Amino acid sequence: MMFERRAAMATLLADRPNNLFVVPGLGSCTWDAFAAGDDDRNFYLWGAMGGAAMIGLGLALAQPKLRVAVITGDGEMLMGLGSLATIGVQQPNNLSIVVFDNGFYGETGMQASHTQSGVDLVDVARGCGIPRVLDIADDAGLRELAELLASAEGPLFARVPITPDEPPRVLPEKDGVAIKERVRRAVEKAEQL
Amino acid sequence: MTATTDTEPAVWPDQLFDVLKRADIRQVGYVPDAGHSRLIARCKADSEIHDVVLTTEEEGVALAAGAWLGGQRSALLMQSSGVGNCVNMLSLIRACRFPMLMLVTMRGEWQEFNPWQVPMGSIVEPTLKLCDTHVAKVERPEQVVPAVQNAVQLAFGDDRAAAVILSQKLIGAKVWVK
Repeated sequence: MMFERRAAMATLLADRPNNLFVVPGLGSCTWDAFAAGDDDRNFYLWGAMGGAAMIGLGLALAQPKLRVAVITGDGEMLMGLGSLATIGVQQPNNLSIVVFDNGFYGETGMQASHTQSGVDLVDVARGCGIPRVLDIADDAGLRELAELLASAEGPLFARVPITPDEPPRVLPEKDGVAIKERVRRAVEKAEQL
Repeated sequence: MTATTDTEPAVWPDQLFDVLKRADIRQVGYVPDAGHSRLIARCKADSEIHDVVLTTEEEGVALAAGAWLGGQRSALLMQSSGVGNCVNMLSLIRACRFPMLMLVTMRGEWQEFNPWQVPMGSIVEPTLKLCDTHVAKVERPEQVVPAVQNAVQLAFGDDRAAAVILSQKLIGAKVWVK
Protein backbone atom coordinates (compact mmCIF):
# COMPACT_ATOMS: atom_id res chain seq x y z
CA MET A 1 0.00 0.00 0.00
CA MET A 2 1.01 3.59 -0.54
CA PHE A 3 0.43 6.31 2.02
CA GLU A 4 -0.69 9.89 1.59
CA ARG A 5 2.33 11.92 2.70
CA ARG A 6 0.63 14.42 5.00
CA ALA A 7 -1.34 11.69 6.77
CA ALA A 8 1.79 9.56 7.11
CA MET A 9 3.75 12.45 8.66
CA ALA A 10 0.84 13.18 11.00
CA THR A 11 0.78 9.55 12.14
CA LEU A 12 4.54 9.48 12.75
CA LEU A 13 4.47 12.66 14.84
CA ALA A 14 1.05 12.36 16.52
CA ASP A 15 2.22 11.05 19.89
CA ARG A 16 5.68 12.45 19.69
CA PRO A 17 7.61 12.20 22.97
CA ASN A 18 9.22 15.31 24.42
CA ASN A 19 12.70 14.17 23.48
CA LEU A 20 12.06 13.45 19.79
CA PHE A 21 13.76 15.91 17.43
CA VAL A 22 12.96 15.86 13.73
CA VAL A 23 15.11 16.85 10.75
CA PRO A 24 12.79 17.00 7.75
CA GLY A 25 14.47 17.00 4.35
CA LEU A 26 14.14 20.06 2.16
CA GLY A 27 10.97 20.61 0.20
CA SER A 28 7.95 18.44 0.71
CA CYS A 29 9.07 16.78 3.94
CA THR A 30 9.65 20.18 5.53
CA TRP A 31 6.17 21.28 4.44
CA ASP A 32 4.73 17.99 5.74
CA ALA A 33 6.39 18.36 9.14
CA PHE A 34 5.17 21.93 9.49
CA ALA A 35 1.66 20.89 8.42
CA ALA A 36 1.66 18.23 11.13
CA GLY A 37 2.11 21.02 13.69
CA ASP A 38 4.84 23.61 14.07
CA ASP A 39 7.29 22.53 16.72
CA ASP A 40 10.48 23.94 18.28
CA ARG A 41 12.04 20.51 17.86
CA ASN A 42 11.85 20.57 14.04
CA PHE A 43 14.98 21.66 12.19
CA TYR A 44 13.25 22.69 8.97
CA LEU A 45 15.51 22.45 5.95
CA TRP A 46 15.09 24.79 3.01
CA GLY A 47 18.29 23.61 1.35
CA ALA A 48 21.34 21.44 2.12
CA MET A 49 20.10 18.70 -0.20
CA GLY A 50 21.81 15.43 0.69
CA GLY A 51 22.66 16.64 4.18
CA ALA A 52 19.61 15.75 6.27
CA ALA A 53 20.88 12.37 7.50
CA MET A 54 24.25 13.83 8.50
CA ILE A 55 22.63 16.71 10.37
CA GLY A 56 20.65 14.05 12.22
CA LEU A 57 23.85 12.12 12.95
CA GLY A 58 25.62 15.16 14.40
CA LEU A 59 22.68 15.88 16.68
CA ALA A 60 22.27 12.24 17.68
CA LEU A 61 25.97 11.90 18.60
CA ALA A 62 25.90 15.15 20.56
CA GLN A 63 22.76 14.23 22.51
CA PRO A 64 22.61 10.48 23.12
CA LYS A 65 19.63 10.81 25.46
CA LEU A 66 17.52 12.53 22.84
CA ARG A 67 15.83 10.78 19.93
CA VAL A 68 16.46 12.03 16.41
CA ALA A 69 14.34 11.24 13.36
CA VAL A 70 15.43 12.35 9.90
CA ILE A 71 12.37 12.26 7.65
CA THR A 72 13.28 12.96 4.06
CA GLY A 73 12.44 12.22 0.46
CA ASP A 74 13.92 9.66 -1.91
CA GLY A 75 15.66 12.32 -4.00
CA GLU A 76 17.26 13.94 -0.96
CA MET A 77 18.40 10.57 0.35
CA LEU A 78 19.86 9.62 -3.03
CA MET A 79 22.01 12.76 -3.00
CA GLY A 80 23.45 11.77 0.37
CA LEU A 81 23.62 8.01 -0.09
CA GLY A 82 27.14 7.88 1.36
CA SER A 83 25.81 9.18 4.65
CA LEU A 84 24.09 5.82 5.17
CA ALA A 85 27.53 4.21 5.07
CA THR A 86 28.83 6.79 7.53
CA ILE A 87 25.89 6.13 9.87
CA GLY A 88 26.50 2.40 9.47
CA VAL A 89 30.00 2.91 10.85
CA GLN A 90 28.85 5.12 13.74
CA GLN A 91 25.85 2.98 14.80
CA PRO A 92 24.10 5.71 16.81
CA ASN A 93 21.52 4.20 19.13
CA ASN A 94 19.12 7.09 18.91
CA LEU A 95 18.89 7.89 15.20
CA SER A 96 16.19 6.92 12.72
CA ILE A 97 16.18 7.67 9.01
CA VAL A 98 12.76 7.61 7.37
CA VAL A 99 12.44 8.03 3.61
CA PHE A 100 9.15 9.09 2.09
CA ASP A 101 9.57 7.38 -1.27
CA ASN A 102 7.30 8.40 -4.12
CA GLY A 103 9.81 7.82 -6.90
CA PHE A 104 9.71 11.46 -7.98
CA TYR A 105 11.53 14.76 -7.51
CA GLY A 106 8.50 16.71 -6.33
CA GLU A 107 9.89 20.23 -5.99
CA THR A 108 11.30 20.36 -9.51
CA GLY A 109 8.26 19.18 -11.43
CA MET A 110 7.83 15.49 -10.64
CA GLN A 111 10.69 14.00 -12.65
CA ALA A 112 11.31 10.30 -12.00
CA SER A 113 13.87 9.41 -9.32
CA HIS A 114 16.17 6.38 -9.36
CA THR A 115 13.86 4.45 -7.03
CA GLN A 116 11.42 4.05 -9.92
CA SER A 117 14.08 2.17 -11.86
CA GLY A 118 14.95 -0.52 -9.39
CA VAL A 119 17.15 1.29 -6.85
CA ASP A 120 16.03 -0.07 -3.49
CA LEU A 121 16.89 2.24 -0.59
CA VAL A 122 16.01 -0.45 1.95
CA ASP A 123 18.63 -2.74 0.41
CA VAL A 124 21.13 0.13 0.36
CA ALA A 125 20.56 0.81 4.06
CA ARG A 126 20.89 -2.87 4.89
CA GLY A 127 24.09 -3.07 2.87
CA CYS A 128 25.46 -0.09 4.79
CA GLY A 129 25.11 -1.96 8.05
CA ILE A 130 22.00 -0.27 9.43
CA PRO A 131 20.83 -3.06 11.77
CA ARG A 132 17.10 -2.46 11.59
CA VAL A 133 15.56 -1.78 8.19
CA LEU A 134 11.85 -1.61 7.53
CA ASP A 135 9.77 -1.36 4.39
CA ILE A 136 6.46 -0.08 5.69
CA ALA A 137 3.54 -1.87 4.08
CA ASP A 138 0.39 -1.02 6.05
CA ASP A 139 -1.16 1.23 8.69
CA ALA A 140 -0.12 -1.07 11.51
CA GLY A 141 3.47 -0.89 10.25
CA LEU A 142 3.34 2.90 10.15
CA ARG A 143 2.02 3.07 13.70
CA GLU A 144 4.75 0.69 14.80
CA LEU A 145 7.31 2.93 13.11
CA ALA A 146 5.98 5.91 15.07
CA GLU A 147 6.67 3.98 18.28
CA LEU A 148 10.10 2.92 17.09
CA LEU A 149 11.11 6.54 16.43
CA ALA A 150 10.77 7.00 20.18
CA SER A 151 12.27 3.72 21.32
CA ALA A 152 14.28 1.76 18.75
CA GLU A 153 17.76 0.68 19.83
CA GLY A 154 20.39 1.27 17.24
CA PRO A 155 20.08 3.13 13.99
CA LEU A 156 16.91 2.39 12.08
CA PHE A 157 16.04 2.92 8.45
CA ALA A 158 12.49 2.85 7.16
CA ARG A 159 11.05 3.37 3.72
CA VAL A 160 7.51 4.69 3.63
CA PRO A 161 6.01 4.38 0.15
CA ILE A 162 3.89 7.45 -0.55
CA THR A 163 1.59 8.47 -3.38
CA PRO A 164 3.06 11.02 -5.78
CA ASP A 165 0.55 13.72 -4.95
CA GLU A 166 1.46 17.29 -4.12
CA PRO A 167 -0.59 18.69 -1.25
CA PRO A 168 -0.76 22.48 -0.93
CA ARG A 169 2.48 24.01 0.31
CA VAL A 170 2.48 25.25 3.87
CA LEU A 171 5.65 27.08 4.63
CA PRO A 172 7.40 27.31 8.01
CA GLU A 173 9.92 29.90 9.17
CA LYS A 174 12.47 30.54 6.45
CA ASP A 175 15.18 32.39 8.40
CA GLY A 176 17.92 29.81 8.98
CA VAL A 177 19.34 31.61 12.00
CA ALA A 178 15.91 31.71 13.67
CA ILE A 179 15.30 28.01 12.92
CA LYS A 180 18.72 27.07 14.29
CA GLU A 181 18.38 29.12 17.47
CA ARG A 182 14.93 27.75 18.15
CA VAL A 183 16.04 24.12 17.83
CA ARG A 184 19.13 24.74 19.96
CA ARG A 185 17.04 26.24 22.75
CA ALA A 186 14.67 23.26 22.50
CA VAL A 187 17.66 20.91 22.85
CA GLU A 188 18.82 22.77 25.96
CA LYS A 189 15.32 22.51 27.40
CA ALA A 190 15.04 18.81 26.56
CA GLU A 191 18.42 18.13 28.19
CA GLN A 192 16.92 19.22 31.50
CA LEU A 193 13.92 16.88 31.31
CA MET B 1 51.90 1.43 -3.09
CA THR B 2 52.29 4.93 -1.82
CA ALA B 3 53.63 6.27 1.41
CA THR B 4 54.67 9.50 2.99
CA THR B 5 58.06 9.80 4.55
CA ASP B 6 59.05 12.06 7.38
CA THR B 7 62.68 12.75 8.01
CA GLU B 8 61.74 13.65 11.57
CA PRO B 9 58.32 13.53 13.23
CA ALA B 10 56.58 16.87 13.12
CA VAL B 11 55.29 18.27 16.39
CA TRP B 12 52.62 20.54 14.94
CA PRO B 13 49.96 17.81 14.51
CA ASP B 14 50.09 17.13 18.26
CA GLN B 15 50.03 20.84 19.00
CA LEU B 16 47.04 21.18 16.70
CA PHE B 17 45.29 18.36 18.54
CA ASP B 18 45.91 20.17 21.83
CA VAL B 19 44.29 23.31 20.40
CA LEU B 20 41.22 21.29 19.41
CA LYS B 21 41.04 19.76 22.90
CA ARG B 22 41.34 23.14 24.60
CA ALA B 23 38.56 24.40 22.33
CA ASP B 24 36.35 21.52 23.51
CA ILE B 25 35.94 20.03 20.02
CA ARG B 26 33.82 16.91 20.51
CA GLN B 27 33.12 15.73 16.97
CA VAL B 28 35.72 15.43 14.23
CA GLY B 29 34.66 14.54 10.70
CA TYR B 30 37.29 13.47 8.20
CA VAL B 31 38.01 11.64 5.00
CA PRO B 32 41.23 9.67 5.48
CA ASP B 33 44.17 11.87 4.53
CA ALA B 34 47.92 11.41 4.76
CA GLY B 35 48.55 15.00 5.82
CA HIS B 36 46.12 14.69 8.72
CA SER B 37 47.05 11.12 9.64
CA ARG B 38 48.64 11.96 12.99
CA LEU B 39 45.77 14.26 14.00
CA ILE B 40 43.18 11.68 12.94
CA ALA B 41 44.94 9.00 15.00
CA ARG B 42 44.93 11.29 18.07
CA CYS B 43 41.21 12.00 17.62
CA LYS B 44 40.39 8.31 17.25
CA ALA B 45 42.31 7.51 20.43
CA ASP B 46 40.44 10.15 22.45
CA SER B 47 37.28 8.81 24.10
CA GLU B 48 35.78 12.30 24.42
CA ILE B 49 35.87 12.88 20.67
CA HIS B 50 33.45 11.30 18.22
CA ASP B 51 35.65 10.54 15.23
CA VAL B 52 33.39 10.33 12.21
CA VAL B 53 34.90 8.89 9.05
CA LEU B 54 33.04 10.32 6.05
CA THR B 55 32.53 9.13 2.50
CA THR B 56 32.77 12.70 1.21
CA GLU B 57 33.67 15.97 2.88
CA GLU B 58 30.28 17.62 2.43
CA GLU B 59 28.91 15.11 4.93
CA GLY B 60 31.18 16.76 7.49
CA VAL B 61 29.61 20.17 6.90
CA ALA B 62 26.14 18.78 7.64
CA LEU B 63 27.57 16.86 10.61
CA ALA B 64 28.94 20.10 12.06
CA ALA B 65 25.50 21.72 11.81
CA GLY B 66 23.86 18.82 13.63
CA ALA B 67 26.58 18.75 16.28
CA TRP B 68 26.04 22.44 16.96
CA LEU B 69 22.28 21.97 17.29
CA GLY B 70 23.15 19.38 19.93
CA GLY B 71 25.51 21.76 21.73
CA GLN B 72 28.79 20.22 20.61
CA ARG B 73 31.67 21.84 18.77
CA SER B 74 33.15 20.04 15.80
CA ALA B 75 35.94 20.28 13.28
CA LEU B 76 36.22 19.04 9.70
CA LEU B 77 39.56 17.74 8.48
CA MET B 78 40.16 17.45 4.77
CA GLN B 79 42.54 17.56 1.88
CA SER B 80 42.37 20.40 -0.63
CA SER B 81 40.30 18.31 -3.06
CA GLY B 82 37.63 18.02 -0.35
CA VAL B 83 37.01 21.75 -0.41
CA GLY B 84 35.40 21.36 -3.80
CA ASN B 85 33.12 18.67 -2.42
CA CYS B 86 31.83 21.02 0.28
CA VAL B 87 30.74 24.00 -1.77
CA ASN B 88 26.97 23.68 -1.86
CA MET B 89 26.67 22.29 1.66
CA LEU B 90 28.47 25.38 2.98
CA SER B 91 25.24 27.22 2.10
CA LEU B 92 23.82 25.60 5.24
CA ILE B 93 26.56 27.21 7.33
CA ARG B 94 26.00 30.65 5.86
CA ALA B 95 22.19 30.51 5.81
CA CYS B 96 21.99 29.49 9.46
CA ARG B 97 25.25 31.01 10.73
CA PHE B 98 26.58 27.76 12.11
CA PRO B 99 30.15 27.71 13.42
CA MET B 100 32.29 25.70 10.98
CA LEU B 101 35.94 24.97 11.64
CA MET B 102 37.87 23.44 8.73
CA LEU B 103 41.48 22.30 8.60
CA VAL B 104 42.68 21.77 5.05
CA THR B 105 45.90 20.02 4.03
CA MET B 106 47.17 21.11 0.65
CA ARG B 107 47.98 19.08 -2.42
CA GLY B 108 48.89 20.30 -5.84
CA GLU B 109 50.81 23.41 -4.88
CA TRP B 110 54.45 22.51 -4.16
CA GLN B 111 56.59 19.61 -5.37
CA GLU B 112 53.42 17.83 -6.43
CA PHE B 113 53.99 14.55 -8.22
CA ASN B 114 50.41 14.14 -9.36
CA PRO B 115 49.24 16.83 -11.79
CA TRP B 116 45.60 15.85 -11.26
CA GLN B 117 45.83 17.43 -7.80
CA VAL B 118 46.67 20.81 -9.26
CA PRO B 119 43.28 21.99 -10.64
CA MET B 120 41.46 21.90 -7.27
CA GLY B 121 44.58 22.67 -5.25
CA SER B 122 45.06 25.90 -7.18
CA ILE B 123 41.58 27.25 -6.34
CA VAL B 124 41.15 26.24 -2.70
CA GLU B 125 41.63 29.69 -1.24
CA PRO B 126 39.33 31.63 -3.60
CA THR B 127 36.73 28.86 -3.41
CA LEU B 128 36.60 29.03 0.36
CA LYS B 129 36.44 32.82 0.28
CA LEU B 130 33.57 32.72 -2.22
CA CYS B 131 31.80 30.47 0.30
CA ASP B 132 32.10 33.21 2.93
CA THR B 133 34.82 31.34 4.81
CA HIS B 134 37.62 33.13 6.60
CA VAL B 135 40.92 31.70 5.37
CA ALA B 136 44.36 31.64 6.97
CA LYS B 137 47.26 29.87 5.33
CA VAL B 138 50.25 28.52 7.22
CA GLU B 139 53.59 27.42 5.81
CA ARG B 140 55.74 27.13 8.93
CA PRO B 141 55.22 24.90 11.98
CA GLU B 142 55.22 27.79 14.45
CA GLN B 143 52.30 29.39 12.60
CA VAL B 144 49.97 26.41 13.11
CA VAL B 145 48.85 26.96 16.70
CA PRO B 146 48.09 30.69 16.48
CA ALA B 147 46.30 30.25 13.15
CA VAL B 148 44.09 27.44 14.44
CA GLN B 149 43.41 29.26 17.70
CA ASN B 150 42.31 32.27 15.70
CA ALA B 151 40.10 30.12 13.45
CA VAL B 152 38.47 28.58 16.54
CA GLN B 153 37.71 32.06 17.84
CA LEU B 154 36.32 33.19 14.48
CA ALA B 155 34.18 30.09 13.99
CA PHE B 156 32.70 29.77 17.46
CA GLY B 157 32.85 33.42 18.47
CA ASP B 158 31.40 34.84 15.31
CA ASP B 159 29.22 31.88 14.22
CA ARG B 160 30.78 31.50 10.81
CA ALA B 161 33.04 29.32 8.69
CA ALA B 162 36.78 29.58 9.25
CA ALA B 163 39.46 27.49 7.58
CA VAL B 164 43.16 27.01 8.13
CA ILE B 165 45.07 25.87 5.07
CA LEU B 166 48.12 23.78 5.92
CA SER B 167 50.47 24.18 3.00
CA GLN B 168 52.31 21.40 1.25
CA LYS B 169 55.59 22.98 2.38
CA LEU B 170 54.52 22.41 5.96
CA ILE B 171 53.29 18.87 5.45
CA GLY B 172 56.02 17.74 3.11
CA ALA B 173 55.54 16.57 -0.43
CA LYS B 174 53.95 13.18 -0.90
CA VAL B 175 56.64 10.66 -1.75
CA TRP B 176 55.67 7.81 -4.06
CA VAL B 177 57.50 4.57 -3.48
CA LYS B 178 57.15 1.09 -4.93
